[in-house]
Parts: sequence; C-alpha cells; structure tokens
Amino acid sequence: MKMFGKKRVAVIGAGMTKFRRHLKETGKELAWEASKMALDQAGLELKDMQSVVMGTAPDAFDGVHMKGEYLADGAGAWHKPYSRVFVGGGTGVFVTDAGWWHVASGQFDTCLVVGEEKMSSCYPHPAYAFTTIFDPIFSRPLGVTLIWIFALEMHRYMHVHGIKKEEIALVSVKNKRNALDHPCAQLGANITVEDVLNSEVMCWPVQRLDISPTSDGAAALVLASEDVAKKLTDNPVWIDGVGWCIDSTFWTNRDLYYPKYVQCAAQMAYKMAGIKNPPKEIDVAEVYDPFDYKELHHMEGLMLARKGQAPKLTAEGITQRDGDLPINPSGGLLGVGNPIAAAGTMKCCEIFWQLRGEAGKRQVKGDPRTGLAQAWGDLMQYGSVVVMRS
Amino acid sequence: MSDKIKHFPGEQLKGSDIREGRIPVVKHRPNVKYLWSAGVAMSRFLEGLKECKIVGSTCKKCSRTMVPPRAFCEQCFKPVDGYTYVKDTGTINTFSVSYVAGDASRIKEPILVAVIDLDGASKGMGILHLLGEIDDWKQIKFGMKVKAVWKHPEERTGTITDIKYFRPLKEV
Repeated sequence: MKMFGKKRVAVIGAGMTKFRRHLKETGKELAWEASKMALDQAGLELKDMQSVVMGTAPDAFDGVHMKGEYLADGAGAWHKPYSRVFVGGGTGVFVTDAGWWHVASGQFDTCLVVGEEKMSSCYPHPAYAFTTIFDPIFSRPLGVTLIWIFALEMHRYMHVHGIKKEEIALVSVKNKRNALDHPCAQLGANITVEDVLNSEVMCWPVQRLDISPTSDGAAALVLASEDVAKKLTDNPVWIDGVGWCIDSTFWTNRDLYYPKYVQCAAQMAYKMAGIKNPPKEIDVAEVYDPFDYKELHHMEGLMLARKGQAPKLTAEGITQRDGDLPINPSGGLLGVGNPIAAAGTMKCCEIFWQLRGEAGKRQVKGDPRTGLAQAWGDLMQYGSVVVMRS
Repeated sequence: MSDKIKHFPGEQLKGSDIREGRIPVVKHRPNVKYLWSAGVAMSRFLEGLKECKIVGSTCKKCSRTMVPPRAFCEQCFKPVDGYTYVKDTGTINTFSVSYVAGDASRIKEPILVAVIDLDGASKGMGILHLLGEIDDWKQIKFGMKVKAVWKHPEERTGTITDIKYFRPLKEV
C-alpha cells in the first residue's frame, strides 16, 4: 500500500480501567492503571517507550489548570518526550492520531497513548463546568448549557430528515445491551424503546436515556513502528488511516443537520487507507455516541450511511453486533460510559481487540479485518477518525 | 476489553461517600473573576443592541453578511469590508425546550431555546436566543417567523440579553 509516513504504525497493546460515575483513584492513578495494562499486553516496560501522548479534556473537571503536567507521571512520561493534546470530546481518538505521527514520522519507534478523564471531582455536577466553554460575550449571558446545543442539533437533524424519536431510541437500546458484555461498563442494561421515550425530558427532544453518563476512567494504547511491532507480536493491528478536521466556532452559522467536519476527517483517513466504499470495506466501527442521535449523525458524516439513512440501517438490525455493519459493539459511550477523552480512546481499544479476535462475548461475527473509531467534540465542530486493519 | 484480561482496575464509590466525607477528600473553590474586552467587532454589536439594532459584518469576497459580526472573515481570511444592520426578525431554524439549568438541576417552567436565522443576514446565519410569549411549546414550529422583544431603553446595557427573547410574529 501507499505509505503516508516514513514508517507504518501498529497498535500492539491496549488497556483500560472500569468506567464509573465515581472512582476512588485519582486521574493520575487511573492513567497509570490503563497505561500499565497496555504495556503488559504489549509485553513491554516503560523504559521501552520512546514517547508519550496524553489526551484529557477540559481542565475545569479536575479544577487543575495544568492537567497535562498533573497527569504526566500516571501516563508514564517521566524523562520522556511528552505532550498533551486536547480537542474537546474529539480528544480520545485524536490522541491516537497524534501517537501515529510520533511513530510514522520516524522520530520514535514506540509511543504510549493515554486518554484520561475524572469528571466526578467537579460537583454538584460536572455539567456546570461545561457552561464555561461558551463565548463569554455572545452566548454565556443567555445561560447556555451543553445540553441545549445538542438538543438543538438533534432537533434540526430530526426535522431535516423527518426522523422520529423512536427510531433514534433504538441506538440507546442497542448500545446499552451491548455494554452488558463489557466487564468495565458503567451502564449496561436491557431497556426498551418505550423506556427511552418515557424517560425524563431533559431538554426536548433529549430525554434522560438518550444521553451517556458522566464518568471517571482511563484507557491506553501502545504504538510501535513496523519493524519493532513484528519482533514483538504475530498479530499487530495497523493504523492505516488517520483524519481530523474542525469547523467554525460560530456553530449557529452552519446547518447542524450534517457534520461536514466529520466527513472531512473521514475522507482524510479513507484516502490514506485506500478505502473507496466505506460501508462495504469497514467491518466494524466505534462511532462517537454521547447521545443516541449522534451515532446516526456520525454514521452519515463517516459515509457509512447516506444522509438521513442511518436510522433505517439501525431499524433493520444492520448495526447490531451480529449485523453486516456492527456499530459500537463495545456498548459505546451510552453503555460503557463517557469519561470524555478516555471514552474515545476506549473506542480505539475496542477496535484493536475486535481486530485481534480478543473481544470475547462482544466479538463481532466473521473475521473483521478493517475497523474504524471516531470521536467528536468542541462546539459541535471537531471530528477525529482512525482506521485500523489486522 | 480483551478476553485475555481478568482483572479490571477501578474502585467504585458512591457519590455520598465523597459528599459525606466517608473517604478522605479535599475541597476547594477557586475565587477567580474575569473581565472580557468585547473586542473590535463585538463591541459594535453590543453598542448596537443598546439602540435596538443588530449589527452584522460583510465580506465582499464571499458575499456574506455575517451575524455575529467579526473583524475578519474566517473563510476568506481577510478584514471584513464593513458593518451593517440586519433586521430584528427572523425564522426558527431549530429549537429545544430545556428543563435543566446549567448545574443540571431541574426547573419547572421550561426555557425555550432556538437558533434564529435573522432577516437581512446571509442564509443560515443564525443566532442563539430564547423564545417567549408562547403558552405551549408545542406551538413552536420550524420555519416560524419571530421578532425580537427588547428591554426598555433604561434597562439596556449593551449585552445579548438586551433582547429579552423572540416572540412569534403572528399570534399562536
């Protein structure tokens, strides 16, 4: 295949903690647990890591406004080239993109990639920290909250395509059920469409069971160059495509029905991976699902479904774990939990385990060879994508 | 999670364990305040609000009239060509009905929220604002025409809340 860096990059280990509303461990301790597990899986030690990239979302959750440095020891950064990357909710997948260029550039043979979030320190509710992400002149005096803007986007998406709430609720039902098979999941459950439709109205059309929980947790990956990876494992998983893109911060100036920036990020990754027909060529995908409608919205942005058609694929069962295009076999953010940056990295871990055939009860059928993970963030404007192959 | 892994780190707590101090905790509330300069373009916008006018800016290269106004066009990456007034009427692009406040606490009387595409601005140039004078939110429709309801002159201070809310142009 055509090379897009100096070296081909493999994932050779992955790890994660439980995701829970409150965990006793500090963010640093969580980062350490996930990093150590990923290193153990790769059969490596910290001394083998030549570089470290950390992903963690808004500082306001921890109330520590130097969070990259605060977490550095937990991410294994001692005496190493280290950086923290942050692109809002997109961070968890973007940190893998960033790890890729560390190794693909030829600068490092190995890179430890860590995503961490501890949201519970911010109380009475971490949602309050999100009110400080908005423009202080134009938006904040109105009392804008994160849930408003997602409700506005969901409603616009529903309106443009004539999509019903019950079609969207199927995503929540599927993902929470998938999460029952994930040993680290926070909210695995057997629920029905009626449960979603009868749940508390938070911000119409968003109801309680349309939303992922707030969580604490961490996840990590070990990346290695081709020559190093082949010495260490018989079944590396290759990062064959990376993509990222941002849209304007003036989010009320663009049509929210379609995430163009996700499409741009996907096109970048598909071009690299030589993917011409995404729904045919991708065997399994972890699509960013902090809300149930987002899975559908993102499937369309990723061109896994045509515009307005993702609900139909979902209703037909195609996105179930045993369907033709399994989406979020892990249980996603809706089921496993949503510690922001860690959640996106968890998606990268899940694709790694799926492509290695290690996903146990969550393993998708057939022999998946190509997988995709995607995250989304900032003010509904950022897409990050990674394409992996076994 | 891999089927090769049998130990799953992370010790779960209850929220009450933390709030009631059953485990060691440290509490702190930072005392930090901010004063933001509204900037080159938004200063004009805020001054306009005091006079019941909504200021936009124009870029001749991409032929856009933009609200909120900016000092530079982010697409053409050049200074805007000037400032102009757009109307205080518009169309509902999308809306929502919030029963939660910023701290996730619940509120009885919902806040009606909308993106309103303003007349006189380029297509799709919306602003976020509130809706009012609507008895039942089920009366709100996509594409509904709305008009700004302004505070009294002595109450206007040059903030986005100088517009109290937008009301339907026709009775609902």
